[in-house]
Amino acid sequence: MTGWTARETAAALRRREVSAVEVAEFFLDRIQRLDLQIGAFLAVSREWALQQAELAQKTIDDGSAGPLSGIPVALKDNLTTREIPTTCGSRILEGHRPVYDAHVVERLAQAGAVILGKTNLDEFAMGGSTESSAYGVTRNPWDTDRSPGGSSGGSAAAVAAGFCPVALGSDTGGSVRQPAALCGVVGFKPTYGRVSRRGLVAFASSLDQVGMFGRTVEDAAFLAEAVSGHDPGDSTSIPFEPVSLEPVPLKGVRLGFPKQLRDSAIDPDVARVVDAALASLRKEGASVVEIDLPSIELGVSTYYVIAPAEASSNLARYDGIRFGPRVDGDGHVGTVASTRGKLFGHEVKMRMILGTYVLSAGYYDAYYHRALQVRGMMAAEFEKVFQEVDWVVSPTSPRTAFRLGEFADDPLALKAMDLCTVPANLGGFPSLSLPCGASDGLPVGLLLTGPAMSDGRLLGTAHSIESALGPFPAPDLG
Amino acid sequence: MGSGYEASVGMEVHVELATKTKMFCRCPTGFGGEPNTRVCPVCLGHPGTLPVPNREAVEMVVKTALALNCQVPTDSVFHRKNYFYPDLPKGYQVSQYGETNPIGYHGWLEIRPKGREPKRVKIRRVHLEEDTGKLIHTAEGGSGVDYNRAGVPLMEIVTDFPPDITDPEEAKEYLVQLRLLLLYLGVTDGKMEEGSLRCEPNISVRPLGAATYGTKTELKNLNSFKSVQLGIEYEVGRQIQALERGEAVLQETRGWNESTLISYPMRTKETESDYRYFACPDLAPMRFTAETVERVREDLPESPRARFDRYRRDLGLSDYDAGVLTSEIEWAEFFESALGQGVDPKLLCNWLTGDTARMLNESGLAIRDSQLTPSHLADLVRMIESGEINSKVAKEVLEEAFKSGAMPSETVRSQGLAQISDDGFIVEEVARVIAENPGPSEQFRSGKEQVIGFLVGQVMKATQGRANPAKVQEEMRRQLG
Ligand SMILES: [Zn+2]
Repeated sequence: MTGWTARETAAALRRREVSAVEVAEFFLDRIQRLDLQIGAFLAVSREWALQQAELAQKTIDDGSAGPLSGIPVALKDNLTTREIPTTCGSRILEGHRPVYDAHVVERLAQAGAVILGKTNLDEFAMGGSTESSAYGVTRNPWDTDRSPGGSSGGSAAAVAAGFCPVALGSDTGGSVRQPAALCGVVGFKPTYGRVSRRGLVAFASSLDQVGMFGRTVEDAAFLAEAVSGHDPGDSTSIPFEPVSLEPVPLKGVRLGFPKQLRDSAIDPDVARVVDAALASLRKEGASVVEIDLPSIELGVSTYYVIAPAEASSNLARYDGIRFGPRVDGDGHVGTVASTRGKLFGHEVKMRMILGTYVLSAGYYDAYYHRALQVRGMMAAEFEKVFQEVDWVVSPTSPRTAFRLGEFADDPLALKAMDLCTVPANLGGFPSLSLPCGASDGLPVGLLLTGPAMSDGRLLGTAHSIESALGPFPAPDLG
Repeated sequence: MGSGYEASVGMEVHVELATKTKMFCRCPTGFGGEPNTRVCPVCLGHPGTLPVPNREAVEMVVKTALALNCQVPTDSVFHRKNYFYPDLPKGYQVSQYGETNPIGYHGWLEIRPKGREPKRVKIRRVHLEEDTGKLIHTAEGGSGVDYNRAGVPLMEIVTDFPPDITDPEEAKEYLVQLRLLLLYLGVTDGKMEEGSLRCEPNISVRPLGAATYGTKTELKNLNSFKSVQLGIEYEVGRQIQALERGEAVLQETRGWNESTLISYPMRTKETESDYRYFACPDLAPMRFTAETVERVREDLPESPRARFDRYRRDLGLSDYDAGVLTSEIEWAEFFESALGQGVDPKLLCNWLTGDTARMLNESGLAIRDSQLTPSHLADLVRMIESGEINSKVAKEVLEEAFKSGAMPSETVRSQGLAQISDDGFIVEEVARVIAENPGPSEQFRSGKEQVIGFLVGQVMKATQGRANPAKVQEEMRRQLG
């Protein structure tokens, strides 16, 4: 059953070859048996999962099943769930039980999905290795001495390890696509606004987007279709139909590779794997041309001004007064200071301080305002390029999975690895990573980014690429 | 004011909008009630929640901006004002920043302080934001926060700098006129005592003719018009005395104590707070097309000033009457509504400002709390106009309406109070009175004109005032002539 995709599982459930409860039990048992060595989950709710499975089975039996009925799903622990605490990987939300379900959680319930549990993440999704979680590390199923990437490392590892066929994460600067690449699965970030952010605990509101993990492009699309679409409860939600895969043959597809990424910090082995993949796409009739995106090199610095600025404001609400644990101090100021001082981790504090700084009087123009200008410039450059090519392609991550602790003393080097993924967040573009080969036994991801609202065609193109490149294996965990 | 000095008063007014629901969630608005009973995850700032703007609130601010002669931008953005305070759930307040970004900017309001020339007070900005919660202190010495008010739509109206207002009387008049306008627009209940309208003036004084303005102090806790005037008067005096003594005026926020009539220091503003304003990424910019703005402008209700002018010009009311009928919203609405039922404006005005006002005064009731409705007054005036009742009866049925809520025409019908205009009956009654009063009748015939009053009075007395006096007199003259 680990080999089954979500679509195959759905088909087997409809044919009554297996029951929803059997499917749920299979994955719950697998998690129980193997997650000790991975650490993908922060919480698994066996009881709730089986309740959902029984309900799903009833709908299958009486013919009222939804598209995802009986399909197990894992959620990154920054999506609110009434049934399971939502911690964001932070002590400041330890044991926090939200009083409402995220929009995507409501949608999953309507579609009949079976939520197994909540997955690990960098604290408040800030990081690229899942190591800044306050609740322990997650290991890469391909090599447990290595990181699964981040910040949605738990969801990526869970899908790679066969703990669930599909999972949700969130992508602010690459937090779905980069761990997908490092774990050898598909990661999809839709156009900003196509999935409601209601119930996604905010990190950087103008960049955050819920994203999907699957072993195949079709599965990521399957999940995207179920959770996307307009939500009047999110003012930035686009009033448009849900995302759905539109078939696109490879013949005639124009792929653009930014020349600025040629002579940059891309690992030569990663570059070789990506080049080989692009060569085989050429054989299928796609064209690959070099394109000019000068501002791409400013992406990371722009991102690390805008994201912390928004975060410094978004995270001001964690003061221990209305929810979550509190560390008492002297008066209101003292209590807020000790709660935040003791319960936020180092990375989060660093980013809030940075964000506070770039918004301060006297620095606003030099940093925040400037970053907004570059953001606009970069989006315009991409839009221009999209008139010449269908998709911008590159490696997803300049490197394959790195060793745990490798960047402990060099946080900036870890941030520099967001180079290829941040432009899609800054421009609000849909973007997808799919496995395109391996280097030293570690997966390499190919990144495709398209114009706003091209989600359906992006999925279709990625599906054709996936077929051309052949199936990507799963790691052997026993 | 102390001679040799002049004051400058900037007015910052916060207005709670009269929407049914809060600014960014659908919790009901309201006053009082158990703490934290009108809250939800959104207005409590729970993780993952998002704001959805209240359209009605936005429209109310556009209305106000236009009524205050402001510019309305094509794009207006919400910003976050970041600071920590227990009554602020999210650690930031959604507000509006910038010179030309607020929904309204660069407008004016005309004031007419008693016995002075009219004056335009320039308005710098009219913007929309969300209210905060309230700190509560328990009897046991503990403290808590009530978030019922958190997220209630709040409109801020700020006068321009340098201030046009130069004394406490003008400040009060500005607030009176502003509140009246807001009530006409129907955007707030304007209750100062409940905090729906909060005024925080900033005050400075300088020697007459000085080129620069003095140090400002900001005054809080002004819960009535009277407090606004007294508070500013006190503060101006205090600052002049300080300067006279050679002391510096500190830049600070001061509170007004309503019982001692003294202002006291609350906090010193040594440094300007840095609120790190930036555009709220959870909210799309508001777009105001020229058509939208024009449509709102066309739909604006009549302003108090325009109505005053119309009453004088078109209805022929005196300045005094027009003033009485426009300067209080309940009276204005009552009069307009009764007038709308097609009765004579002057008669209506007289009955409203005369007997009705007297009865309300005597009973201590506000017109909206009494049983009288505009229909009662319109009904009454209609019967007076048609001669169906005379003014003596009118007074009686008005008293009855006031006491029981009975419709005047209903009282007249059930108690048979209609005037008697039946010719045969009047001819008989006049003949009887002439026969019973030969002396006076003879006096009239011999030219003593004023005796007619006595004779008519006898007929009225006999008919308990119901006979039509004009007809009685006409008949009396005919029979005696
Ligand atoms: Zn609420």
